[in-house]
Amino acid sequence: MSFLLICGLFVLFGILLGFASVKFRVKGDPVADKIEAILPQTQCGQCSFPGCRPYAEAIASGQADINQCPPGGQEGIEALADLLGVESKPLNAEFGVEKPKRVAIIHEQDCIGCTKCIQACPVDAIVGAAKQMHTVVANECTGCELCIEPCPVDCIVMEPIPEDLSNWQWPAPVVVAKPAAQPDLNVQHA
Amino acid sequence: MYSMLKLFNFHGGLQLPRHKQVSLERPVATASLPEQLIYPLQLRPGVRLTATVQPGERVLAGQVIADSEHFLATPVHAASSGVVRGIVDWLAPHPSGLPDHAVVIDTDGLEQAVAPMPGLDYRHETPATIKARIRQAGVVGLGGAAFSTAVKLNPGPNRVIDTLILNGAECEPYITCDNALMQTRARAVVEGALILLHALQIGRCLIAVEDHMTEALAALDAVLAEVKDRRLSRVAVPSVYPTGGERQLIKVLTGKEAPSGGIPADVGIVCQNVGTAAAIYDAVVNGLPLTWRLVTVTGKGVARPSNWLARIGTPIADLIEQSGGYTPDVRRLIIGGPMMGFALPDDVIPIAKASNCILAAALSEVDVDRETRACIRCGECANACPVNLLPQQLYWYSRVNNLDKLKQFSLFDCIECGCCEVVCPSHIPLVNYYRAAKSKTLTKAKQAEKAAIAKRRHDANQERKAREQAEKAERARARKAALAAAKQQEQPSES
Repeated sequence: MSFLLICGLFVLFGILLGFASVKFRVKGDPVADKIEAILPQTQCGQCSFPGCRPYAEAIASGQADINQCPPGGQEGIEALADLLGVESKPLNAEFGVEKPKRVAIIHEQDCIGCTKCIQACPVDAIVGAAKQMHTVVANECTGCELCIEPCPVDCIVMEPIPEDLSNWQWPAPVVVAKPAAQPDLNVQHA
Repeated sequence: MYSMLKLFNFHGGLQLPRHKQVSLERPVATASLPEQLIYPLQLRPGVRLTATVQPGERVLAGQVIADSEHFLATPVHAASSGVVRGIVDWLAPHPSGLPDHAVVIDTDGLEQAVAPMPGLDYRHETPATIKARIRQAGVVGLGGAAFSTAVKLNPGPNRVIDTLILNGAECEPYITCDNALMQTRARAVVEGALILLHALQIGRCLIAVEDHMTEALAALDAVLAEVKDRRLSRVAVPSVYPTGGERQLIKVLTGKEAPSGGIPADVGIVCQNVGTAAAIYDAVVNGLPLTWRLVTVTGKGVARPSNWLARIGTPIADLIEQSGGYTPDVRRLIIGGPMMGFALPDDVIPIAKASNCILAAALSEVDVDRETRACIRCGECANACPVNLLPQQLYWYSRVNNLDKLKQFSLFDCIECGCCEVVCPSHIPLVNYYRAAKSKTLTKAKQAEKAAIAKRRHDANQERKAREQAEKAERARARKAALAAAKQQEQPSES
C-alpha cells in the first residue's frame, strides 16, 4: 500500500515539475543578459565573437574568458568578475589594448562612394549612397574601427574625442601613499 | 513687517569667520566699460545656447545674442554696443578650466541700446505674461545656480505653492553682493517680491536676511514700512553656514524639508535669490533685460576690495584692475566663495550671470597644500553635515568608486558646502572626492545610455541584414521555380 502511495507521489511530483518547467520557464539566458549589460556595446568583434551578445553568451556558457574586451577595459573586466564571482585578471593583450574612446571621421574629399564602410558599420552610423560621399554620424559611432579596413582609399581615420565642458570629469584627489611609521622592532627590551 | 515667526534649526552647519567687512568698507561702484565683453554659450551643465549674431555684426546693448529652444534655456543679451568679433573658444568660468565657445563683442564705447521692452503694470497682467517676460529678459537664479527663473515659477500642476522665500541669507564668507544690493536697491527687491507673489498667485512671502546684516535689514524695513503689504515679512535668520542653502533656509523658516531627489515646490515653497527679485523688477516694470549684476571683488590678494555693479561678460581682469590690482600676496583666484567656489586658471575669464564673487585669495586665506592624513573615523564630518549625510561613508566609497553604495548613501543630496572638510582633523579634501564621484556617476549613466542606443541600432542592423538575406534567398528560389516551370511548359510543345 505504502509502496503504491509513494509511487503515486512520484508521479504527482513528476507531473508538477514537468508542468512548472514549461509554465515558469525563464525565457532567454539571464546570465548572458546581465553580462551583456556590462559589455560596452561597441560591437567591434575584437573579442573574436561577432558582437557583444555572442561574446556574452560565450562567457555565460564558459567558452570565453572575461578578459577579451578591450573597449570595456579593466573596469569592465572587474565588473564581470564581480558579477560572476570569479577572480579579476588583466586584459588579454591578444585581443587588443585599451584605448581612449575615439570616433571615426571620413575625409570626405577622398571618399569615392563605394559603400563598403556603410556595410561594415555594425550600428548603421555611416550615411551615404553609391558614388555619393559618405559621412559618419559621430553621435552614433561606437569607435569599433570596423569601417577602417574595408575602405579602398583609406579615407577613414579614428580621432580621439576631445575633452570639453560636456564630457569633462572632476578629477579625484590624488592619494599620496606615504609609508607609515614602522615600529622599531630591534629595540632591546630590558 | 517684522516677523514673529518661530524659527527652526537644521542639522550641523558651522559658525565661520565671516570676512564680510572687507568688501563693505567702500561704496558700490559702477565698473567701467571693458574693451571686450565675453558670453560663454554654456548656460549651465547640459544647457547650451546658439549664437544668434554673426561675426562682424554690430550689436546694441539689450540685443539678444544667444538663445536656444531648450526648456531650461534663457536668452543672453549684449550689455553694451559693439561689433561681434566672432564665436571663439574662450576660457569659461567653469571648474574644468577648459575653453568653451563664446560670443565675443568688441565694444565701441557708444553705449547705444535697443529700445527697452514696454514696462508692464504687473497687477493687470496674467501670470503667464509675467513669466514670459521674465524668460524674455534672460532672468536666471543669481544666487549661483543660473537656473531659469521662469521655469522655477512653473512648479507643475501637481504641486500647490503657498510660500515664496526670498533668499538674502548670504551665508558664505567674503560674499557681500546681496547685502550691498539690499542696501542700495531694497525697493527693487520688495517690488520684485510683489511681482513674484502675483506671478505665483500666492499670498505669503518671507524675505530672509542673516541677522548680522544690520544695514540691509534697516533698508528693507524702511521700504516695507512704506509699502505696508501684509503678505510680506522679513525674517532675520541666525548666521550659521550654510543657512543660505535653499533647503537649509526652507528648514530654518518653515521646519519643512524638501524630499531627497525632489524640489522645494514639493513642500509648497518657491525660493528665489534677492538679486533675482531685483532683476525681475527691472525686467517687468522697466523692460530691461538682465545685463548687469553686482559682484563682490574681495580677498587679501586685491588692493581695494569692494562691490561692483558690472556688465555681465566683463573679464575678471578688468574688475581686478579697477579694484587696484593684485597685491603681492595673491595666491589663488576663486570664483564664488571660499567654501563652494572653484579656482580659476586665468583672469581673462568673464563674469557670468551667476558669478557673485571674485575672491583673490592670499596664502593665509586658502589652505593650499595642507598635508592630508588618514581618516581617523572621528565622525566630526557627520556632526557638521547640514544634509544629515554620512560624509565618512561617502569618502570610503568614493575612494573605491563604489557607485552603488554611494547612491545608497545619497551622494547626490550632498550640496558640496564643505562643512565636513573644514572640521576634518586629517584635512581630507572630502568635497573633491564627492565631486569626482558625482561626475563619474553621471558619466557612467551617459555611457550606459549610449551603449543602450548602440545595442538597439546593432540589433536593428542584424535584423535588417537577416531579412535582406532571407528576401534574397526567397527571390532566388522564386526565379528558380519560375525557370523550372517554363522549362516544363517548353518540353511538351517540342515533343
